Amino acid sequence: MLEFAQETKAQLVRWMIHLRREPFNIAFNLLNPVILLIFMGGAFQGLAQGSVGGDYRTYLLPGILALTAFGNSMAGGIPLLFDKENGSLLRLMSTPISRASILVGRFLAVNINTTLQCVILLGLGFIFGVRIAAGLGGVLALLGIGLLLGFGVTVISLILAFVLKNHGDFFAIIGISALPATFLSSAFVPLDSLPLWMRLIAWVNPMTYMIDAMRSLILSGWDLPLLVRMAIVLLVFDGAMFWLGGRVLRRHLA
Amino acid sequence: MSDTVVRIENLRKQYGPITALDDISLEVERGTIFGLLGPNGAGKTTAVKILTTLVRPDAGKVEVAGTDILKDPDRVRSLIGYVPQELTVDPYLTVAEHLRYYADLYHLSAAVREPRIREALGLVGLAGQEDRRARYLSGGTKKKLDLACGLIHRPPLILLDEPSLGLDVHVRRDVWNYVLRLKEQGTTVFLCTNYMDEAERLCDEVAIIDHGKIAVAGAPAALRSQLKKDVISVEIAGFNEHEREKLATLEKAVSQLAIVQATTKDGARLKIDVESNEIALPQILERTASLSIPIRTITYSRPGLDEVFLHFTGRPLAEEKEKDA
Repeated sequence: MLEFAQETKAQLVRWMIHLRREPFNIAFNLLNPVILLIFMGGAFQGLAQGSVGGDYRTYLLPGILALTAFGNSMAGGIPLLFDKENGSLLRLMSTPISRASILVGRFLAVNINTTLQCVILLGLGFIFGVRIAAGLGGVLALLGIGLLLGFGVTVISLILAFVLKNHGDFFAIIGISALPATFLSSAFVPLDSLPLWMRLIAWVNPMTYMIDAMRSLILSGWDLPLLVRMAIVLLVFDGAMFWLGGRVLRRHLA
Repeated sequence: MSDTVVRIENLRKQYGPITALDDISLEVERGTIFGLLGPNGAGKTTAVKILTTLVRPDAGKVEVAGTDILKDPDRVRSLIGYVPQELTVDPYLTVAEHLRYYADLYHLSAAVREPRIREALGLVGLAGQEDRRARYLSGGTKKKLDLACGLIHRPPLILLDEPSLGLDVHVRRDVWNYVLRLKEQGTTVFLCTNYMDEAERLCDEVAIIDHGKIAVAGAPAALRSQLKKDVISVEIAGFNEHEREKLATLEKAVSQLAIVQATTKDGARLKIDVESNEIALPQILERTASLSIPIRTITYSRPGLDEVFLHFTGRPLAEEKEKDA
C-alpha cells in the first residue's frame, strides 16, 4: 500500500509539473468555454431573454462548466497515448509498479486540472456578474458535480488511450464528441425548447441531469431532489465506466 | 543466487505468421557484458521485451537472477534496469526530477534517494546539470539521462537496447565507457546491437541472432579465431615490370609454407591468407630475406565480427540492414 502511494505520487507529480510548466495548455483548453461565456453569453442575451428569463450568462455557466469538465476529461488520456507511442509507457511498465498506479496517477491529475479550470471559469463568471444563489457551499457543490462527470469521462479517455492506435484518431474523437454531448443536453437552452428527437437524446444524456442540478444551485439555491437525481445518474454512469474500464484496461496493461 | 544472471531455455515467440524467436537458449554470467548481435528484425528486441516482462513468451523458460519471469514478474522488474532504444525522457522534467521519478517507481527510501541520484549522475557524467530541463538537452545528453534512470536502484542486471543508435562519435564513446564502468562495479549488462564494433569493443560474450535463431555464440575473439583467417599483405619495394618476377617468386615460396591457406597478387602486393598472423609473419619475413626481396610495407588484418556474421549466416550484415531500412 505504501509502495502504491509512492509510485502513484511520483506519476502525479510528473503530471503536475507538466501543468505548471505548460500553462498555455490550460489557456488553450479554456479558450472555447471562455468564448462561449463572454461572446455567446453577450450575443444571445437579448434573444434568450424571453425563454430563459434573466441573465443568459448565468443561465449558460452550468453548461459551460459541464462542457469544460467533459472536454478536459475526454482529453485526459492523451499524454498516456503519447507515452505509449514514444516507448515511455513500456519503460514505465518494466518497473516494479502496480499497473493501476498508471491509471490512478493520471486520473487524479486530470481531475485536479478539471477542478482548476472550473474555478477559473467560476471566477470569470463572477467578474461578468454571475452570482451563485447557493453561496460558497454551492461553489464547492458545483466543483464536486464537475468531478462526478469528470470521473466517468476520464475513464472513457483512458480506455481510448490504450485501445486507439494513434493520437490522430484520439483528437478526432474528442473533436466530434464534445459539442454533440453538450448540445444534446440542457446546456444552452431549456429542454422544452428542443425538438422532440433532441429532447429524447437529452433525457438519456447524464450531462442534462448534471446541468439541471448545477443550474438550480446557481439560479435558485439548494434543490435536494434535483441533486439526488443528478447524483444517482452520475454515479451509475461512473460505475458503468469504471466497470468497463476495469475490464478493458486489465487486458491492455497485463 | 547462482552465478548465472540470465538463463534462457528453448524460448519461442510467434507473432502471427512471423517467428520472432525460434528455440533460443543462452546464459549470461554475473559481471559480464553480453551482446545479442544481429540485423534489425532478427528478434533482439523481442528477447529484451521478454526479459523485461513486457512480452509473454509462447514457450520456454526464462530466469533473471534465479527468478522465473512468469512466476514472479514483479521481482524480476525490481532486479533489472531497462533502457529502451527510443529516448524516453520527458521534455518538461529536469534531470533531477527524472531521477526522483524513477527512484519512486523503484520504491527507494527517502534516505538513499539523493545519494543514489548523485551516484547515477556521476556515473554518466551529468553531475552539475540537475536543474536543466530535458527539453533543452542535446540528444546525447538525453541518452545519458535515460541511462542514469536505469541504474538508480542499482539493479544486478541492466538491459540496453541499441544503446548507441543514432549518437555521434564522442557520445558513443561516453556510452561505451559507461557500460564498461557498470561492469567494473559488478553489474551484468545485456545489450542488443547491430553494430559489430560496439559488440567487439564491449562484450565478453556475444550471440549472433538471425531470423530468430542463434547462429553462433561465444567470446568475440573465439568467434574470430573459428574463422581461422588473418590476411597478411606484403608490398614489394621499387616495383616495376622487371620486379614482377620477384612477386611470383615470393608467391611460390610462401605458398609452400604449411600455415598459408591462399595467396592473391594485387599490383605490387601479395595478399596471403593465413590461419594466424602471429605464427605466419616471422616465417614470411624469413622467406623474403632469404630470397633478397626488398619489402616496402607489410600489413596484416584480422577479420571483424562482420566477417564472423557473414561466415555463420551466409549473408553480409550491412546488406540486411539496408533491406530493412
